[in-house]
Amino acid sequence: MSTQLEEQLLAAPYLALDAPLAVEILTAALKEEVEKAGFRKVVLGLSGGIDSALSLYLAVRAFGKDNVIAVCMPYRTSSASSLTDAEEAISDTGVQSLKVDISPQIDAYFEFMPDATSLRKGNKMARERMTILYDLSAHFGALVIGTSNRTELLLGYGTQFGDSASAVNPLGDLYKTQVRQLSKFIGVPRSILEKAPSADLWEDQTDEKELGFSYFDVDRLLYHLLDRRLTKEQLLEQGFSNPLIEQVTQRITRNQYKRRMPLILKISNRTVGVDFRYLRDWGL
Amino acid sequence: MRVGLAQFRPTLGDLQRNLDLHLDWIEKAKQNQVELLLFPELSLTGYSLLDLTYDVGRSVYSEEISKLVARSESLDIVFGFVELSEDHVLYNSTLYASKGKIVHIHRKVYLPTYGMFDEGRYFGRGEVLRSFPTQFGQMGILICEDMWHSSTPYLLAQDGAQMILVPSNSPARSLDQNEVGSQSFWYANLENQAALGGLFILFCNRVGTEDGVSFYGGSAIVNPYGDEVARANRLEEQLLCADIDLDEVRRSRFETPLLRDENLDLTIRELTRIRQRRLEQKRWT
Repeated sequence: MSTQLEEQLLAAPYLALDAPLAVEILTAALKEEVEKAGFRKVVLGLSGGIDSALSLYLAVRAFGKDNVIAVCMPYRTSSASSLTDAEEAISDTGVQSLKVDISPQIDAYFEFMPDATSLRKGNKMARERMTILYDLSAHFGALVIGTSNRTELLLGYGTQFGDSASAVNPLGDLYKTQVRQLSKFIGVPRSILEKAPSADLWEDQTDEKELGFSYFDVDRLLYHLLDRRLTKEQLLEQGFSNPLIEQVTQRITRNQYKRRMPLILKISNRTVGVDFRYLRDWGL
Repeated sequence: MRVGLAQFRPTLGDLQRNLDLHLDWIEKAKQNQVELLLFPELSLTGYSLLDLTYDVGRSVYSEEISKLVARSESLDIVFGFVELSEDHVLYNSTLYASKGKIVHIHRKVYLPTYGMFDEGRYFGRGEVLRSFPTQFGQMGILICEDMWHSSTPYLLAQDGAQMILVPSNSPARSLDQNEVGSQSFWYANLENQAALGGLFILFCNRVGTEDGVSFYGGSAIVNPYGDEVARANRLEEQLLCADIDLDEVRRSRFETPLLRDENLDLTIRELTRIRQRRLEQKRWT
């Protein structure tokens, strides 16, 4: 996988970041955004996957291991290797950690909904984890750090108000391929780097199987579509298939709602978010 | 002369706190025998003000501005603020103060309103580009985006400037190999324009973040040959000091007399023709 990553970055050099510089900027900005909001500690969910691992390693660089709390929140069907991988990252970084088994509350709820689809269950689990992180945030006086990368934000491959919720998200401007590159650079354990990405909602699930395309393919497409602003004709000339272009552009459009706050129906002259415009960092 | 660039981190929208920070940096500069201290763009207010722009706008006669101007007794101070004009227009302005008095105010001419920038929504556009005399020689001010138009350093050089002060708020983005994309463009631009105009350029960029946007610092001083004399660290607060020899302006212009050879009449003639053609095209389309 590491050599596969190197091959990918050679084939698509435009996806390669200056890793030391990117880590330097992300670490400095993460530290500043958290500290000026009045916090010294951060808390984040650790799934055993590469995204939350990278967020963890960045947080440790920014705040030191004593100010980072990693929370593992497995469900009874979560794969055992996910937990092992998360534990390896915890012992490697030396951060404080805790494990919260979410099976009792999830099962209690779905007892009355036996026919719920796995999508509904997965979303419920993601939101359950979010409420735990926000409660622990208050408990520890620690801000919640996000783990959603740019690829999944654009594709809408995440749960609204679930894994997408956080105070600061250091990964939101990194394509999945770039998450892999920075993870390798920053020293995320090999077992995490090399396994297939999975939301781990059911057995043998992988993101790429569920999405129907590989992250490398979609990252290259997203780069040409968004960063280079190529037209559809130009994308076809570049060799991207019509079904992939269609599927991805539809996903981006259809999931725009996940990237925005709820709509406010306008009545006043200064509506929150419309013509009442301030940065979050107001006065910070 | 010794110049100082205060590469610092203002607090968004907190005028009082930023004023105190300015006083601290002025003290630090005095201890370092700085004779001219340059702050970044909008140093008194922070950058992405959005609706805060209306709250932090100040008249040049306001208490805050007067207090800072009064501190220019023993060194010249150049700082940025939201200027509230008498006709209630807000400008992205930079003020040059010396001996306790205002010497010059430049209102930003080119307000970036594209991509991540939204200045045109809040600020009025400056309409004047002038060089002005100081105790060190003729100077000009260009605020950040102003410097991305080749006409502006050209005009200041033609107007006699020997030094251009460029207070900026340049964000880190498009990370290519080795450097922030906008950063490498900046240095190339500064070096070219300094050499073409035979003048010094002082580029003072801020650090810190605003809603996830990092300003990279990397303030720099470029001499009239287009060589970088000094550069501040990336992402860190720093008072960048350098001793510069203004006689290098003379020597560089003797060596490469581009300004002497510049044909102003040709430029004006051609610009007039181009402008006329554009007006005519507008009439018929």
